[in-house]
Amino acid sequence: MENQSAGRRVAVVAGVRTPFARSGTVFRDVPAVALARYAVKELIYRAEIDGREIDQIVFGQVVQSVLTPNVAREVSLLPQFPPTIPAYSLNRACASAAQAIENIATQIAIGHADAGIAGGVESLSDIPILHSRRMTRILMDASRARSLGQRLGAFSRVRPKDLVPVSPAIAEPSTGESMGQSAEKMAKENGITREAQDRVALMSHQRAAAATADGRLTAEIVPWLGGRELDEVTTADNGIRPDTSMDALAALKPVFDRKYGSVTAGNSSPLTDGAAAVLLMSEEKAAALGYEPLAFIRSFAVAAVDPGWQLLMGPAFAVPKALERAGIAWSDLGLVEIHEAFAAQVLSNVQAWGSQEWADRLGLPGPVGDVDWERTNVMGGSIAIGHPFAATGARIVTTLANEMKRQDVEFGLVSICAQGGMGYALVLERN
Amino acid sequence: MAGAFSAVNENGIAVVTFDLPGEPVNKITGPVLDEFSTLLTRLAEDGMVRGVVLISGKPDTFIAGADIEQFARLRSAAEATALARTGQELADRVAGFPKPFVAAIHGACLGGGFELALACHWRVVSDSPKTQLGLPEVQLGIIPGVGGTQRLPRLVGARAALDMILAGKSERADKAYRLGMADEIVPESILRRTAVAAAERLVRSGVPERRGRGGVQAFFLDRTPIGRRIVYSQAEKQVREKTGGHYPAPLAALEAVRTGLERGLQAGLVEEARLFGELAMTDVSRNLVQIFFATTSLKKDDGVPGAAAMRVPPVRRLAVVGAGFMGAAIAGTAVLNAEVEARLKDADLPRVGKGIRGARRILDDRLERRRLRQPKYEQLVALLSGAADYSGFLRADLVIEAVFEDLEVKRRVLAEVERETGERAIFATNTSTIPIGQIAAGAARPEQVIGMHFFSPVEKMPLLEVIPHAGTAADTVVRAVRFGRKMGKTVIVVGDSPGFWVNRILLPYMNEAGILVREGVPIDLIDRTMTEYGFPVGPVTLLDEVGLDVGAKVAKVMHGAFGERLEPSDVLDRMLADGRQGRKNGKGFYEYREGKKAGPDAQVYALLGLTPQENTPQATVERRLLYSMLNEAAMAAHEGVIRTPRDGDIGAIFGIGYPAFRGGPLRTIDALGPARVVDTLRELAGIYGPRFKPAPSLVAMAERGEKFYPER
Repeated sequence: MENQSAGRRVAVVAGVRTPFARSGTVFRDVPAVALARYAVKELIYRAEIDGREIDQIVFGQVVQSVLTPNVAREVSLLPQFPPTIPAYSLNRACASAAQAIENIATQIAIGHADAGIAGGVESLSDIPILHSRRMTRILMDASRARSLGQRLGAFSRVRPKDLVPVSPAIAEPSTGESMGQSAEKMAKENGITREAQDRVALMSHQRAAAATADGRLTAEIVPWLGGRELDEVTTADNGIRPDTSMDALAALKPVFDRKYGSVTAGNSSPLTDGAAAVLLMSEEKAAALGYEPLAFIRSFAVAAVDPGWQLLMGPAFAVPKALERAGIAWSDLGLVEIHEAFAAQVLSNVQAWGSQEWADRLGLPGPVGDVDWERTNVMGGSIAIGHPFAATGARIVTTLANEMKRQDVEFGLVSICAQGGMGYALVLERN
Repeated sequence: MAGAFSAVNENGIAVVTFDLPGEPVNKITGPVLDEFSTLLTRLAEDGMVRGVVLISGKPDTFIAGADIEQFARLRSAAEATALARTGQELADRVAGFPKPFVAAIHGACLGGGFELALACHWRVVSDSPKTQLGLPEVQLGIIPGVGGTQRLPRLVGARAALDMILAGKSERADKAYRLGMADEIVPESILRRTAVAAAERLVRSGVPERRGRGGVQAFFLDRTPIGRRIVYSQAEKQVREKTGGHYPAPLAALEAVRTGLERGLQAGLVEEARLFGELAMTDVSRNLVQIFFATTSLKKDDGVPGAAAMRVPPVRRLAVVGAGFMGAAIAGTAVLNAEVEARLKDADLPRVGKGIRGARRILDDRLERRRLRQPKYEQLVALLSGAADYSGFLRADLVIEAVFEDLEVKRRVLAEVERETGERAIFATNTSTIPIGQIAAGAARPEQVIGMHFFSPVEKMPLLEVIPHAGTAADTVVRAVRFGRKMGKTVIVVGDSPGFWVNRILLPYMNEAGILVREGVPIDLIDRTMTEYGFPVGPVTLLDEVGLDVGAKVAKVMHGAFGERLEPSDVLDRMLADGRQGRKNGKGFYEYREGKKAGPDAQVYALLGLTPQENTPQATVERRLLYSMLNEAAMAAHEGVIRTPRDGDIGAIFGIGYPAFRGGPLRTIDALGPARVVDTLRELAGIYGPRFKPAPSLVAMAERGEKFYPER
């Protein structure tokens, strides 16, 4: 089949990630920048690449740190690299790392780079706590004050309620709706049952547990050395529950609609800390350096919907676009990775892809395709593994590329829903 | 000779650039003094010059100090005193110069260079970490001789001045500024401009009065005779404790400072010059100067002939197999000083983590002592990493192995490393006893196998032995030596024979200590004898520090290699059988309370069935210990274990703590005279047995009237 994308072919050479840890656990005291630097440093050593070969670095981060607003640059200033690698950070919400991969891939495709590193990091243990607008104003006035009197004058305006900190919410600014509320709404409007959601969650945990036990999942994890003496080793994700069951999941109370709801902590992805990074190269460069690529990037696509409608339906638009750009059909896919923000969202997307009604809406002759669960999220997904927002895209691309190699699959698909009503899709190919 | 000084007039300010032709750094020589004197006269008379700025034309050096080679050629105290007086007079002329005289200082500003700067009316320093101000003279067994003992205390107070002068230490620009040694601190880019502006300002409005610092207490201690008396007596006490009375220079410096502050500048200068002359002729100073020359020449010696022309790739990535105490310290020291990537590998991840932690501790220590700033610290920490597999080894330029001291284990590691690394990687084994040739025997690339014997604690011990085996390639030696030096070590290249150099000469000495213990000589008496001789610790304490198990192992290997002469006593075995490993398990020859060494453990005597013989003469103890080392040193030197006597003496001083003021064991033999050493050894052999039989080479030297070092 013809490669539809313009320019040079881009190889996924290697990918690693830190263990994914529920926020407030293993990485409680670790700044996001440290996680990002650690993942990339170990990527360099595992891939045995000379830092001087890297031309560009792009990193995603959704909740940025005030101290390191451009986390990518801090990564590119690792002493393993020359200090001359340009780097920037981006935010396409939960598709940030995927977007970082796209941006590096595009730079390689058009010949502006031969090799680059793309990744993402999130630490919800390391989030900026803000002051209220009023308090911010007071502090700024105080810092501008020229005399002690002016400064005291500014501070005299402080009221107790001004001292209450503001933390970033996971709510849509445009609708005020939290993401869980959106998932709840989607479950209701699309008729997704509690049981179907719990079944997705159970499968996610069981498959992630199996892939952890047999080493497929841990192979892409660089162990974290923590604790005072750095001898507390974390080699796997800590949110996976091998022993969970339908009964255990059924016992959980809905979080966003206590009375009529179906979205629970069990069938949603947890707040997670972690970082992931991918090494990309032009096909020629990979060959010249003697690397056997895991896979190549075939196509990508992004779409957005009105956040006031069904917030997490973006992939239903993005995936057919990516397939079209790849010049392949759903049936050509050997493996599919769907980011599991919520089981309700996964099942809503799956339902859309499989329906004629949706096909009509998109002006397609027939449905996008039916999901074959035997080839989908074969090592579990974000519900079990965890979801450090901006890192997930790189995690999924790495997992998919590794599994495509193991199973010798020709085409693989990545589907990610993102805040703001956005959806992201990416097709990998081998051979 | 082209002139060392050039001056340009910038709107009435003469900017004098000091750039000694043909030398990498500026130093004060006889011709330099003459030229400077002429220049001063000219500048004083030149009506177009209203002020002067003195600046260096060298990168990163202002003035490194006086020419030590010239100093070493002085033949009498009178000659040395006269030289000091010449320098003092010149500094006096600067201090009394009729026009403002400003020093613009970037880089090393040491010894005579700093003294000249102190004579200037105003000092501007660059804020570069390369800017160091200090008076290191006592390290050469002398004192500052160009007014430094007079002007520094007047500028910064008695306490701060004594603190620097008595220890011979240097301060970075920021601290120098804080202490008042510098008047302005600016980035190097505007140093010259700022100095010229300062000179113009001084021309307009004179030198501002410098206010005393530090309040009432400082005023009392620095500026009143009673307060200063307290300072002097405390300083004297500290010096005596530190030097054990072996180093006369710090006390002489104290005397010069005291004379100047109590009896006036002129009396102080006279006393300074007198003491300078006196000290210049002492054996202590002679030996310390020779050590300075030796370390300086070792800095340029890559260990093989023709190395200077050899272009070898630098080590950018170090990998260390074995993340234990030694491996971690090697990695940490390499990161700190050589700023290379250091990848640790061990059998499991907790050990790797602990190793990284151990390496980081060396950096933490620098951070706490403000030797490192936080951002730099973070970058250095990022150079450290590790894994339980060989990931990251493919691009390693140098792999240092620090695993268990066992031939088979080391061979296995070598084979694995050769598989995992690139074609050009060097494999260095950090062994203290196993011959490198044996480890390299089955290697795929034996020419890239070498020994690098570090001493513990690696971050503190200044010596590194590099040991090529018979098949090591020359460029491997050069790469190892250059990297060792980047790690901050003084590197000697030694032969691949058991114990190499340092352990070879140390072992008979340690054995003899064991035999003395066995005879009932009190443990503390043995140690006291050798610390009084000038060692930092005695041999029994050293055994406790090194670990009795390690000591016993080395002793066995050496006994096996050299036979009867090096047969150890049974003391270590019996101690080990009693579960005594030394400091590391809190049980050795000494007692340890909460990790601190207490007195000798009385149970040791009971264990060995002994009654301590308190009346053993110390002279006997000293002779037996010292001569066992001297004899072995002569023997090993003759065998070619060291390339030059210089390497042997430096190895003993930096590796064992052999008293520096004695110049090293081979210099000691020279000083005593080989004939006398042979006689003493024969006498000892008569009493204590054939282990003291003088080395045949030493006997031959005595007969031919030779010495290790040709006469000066």
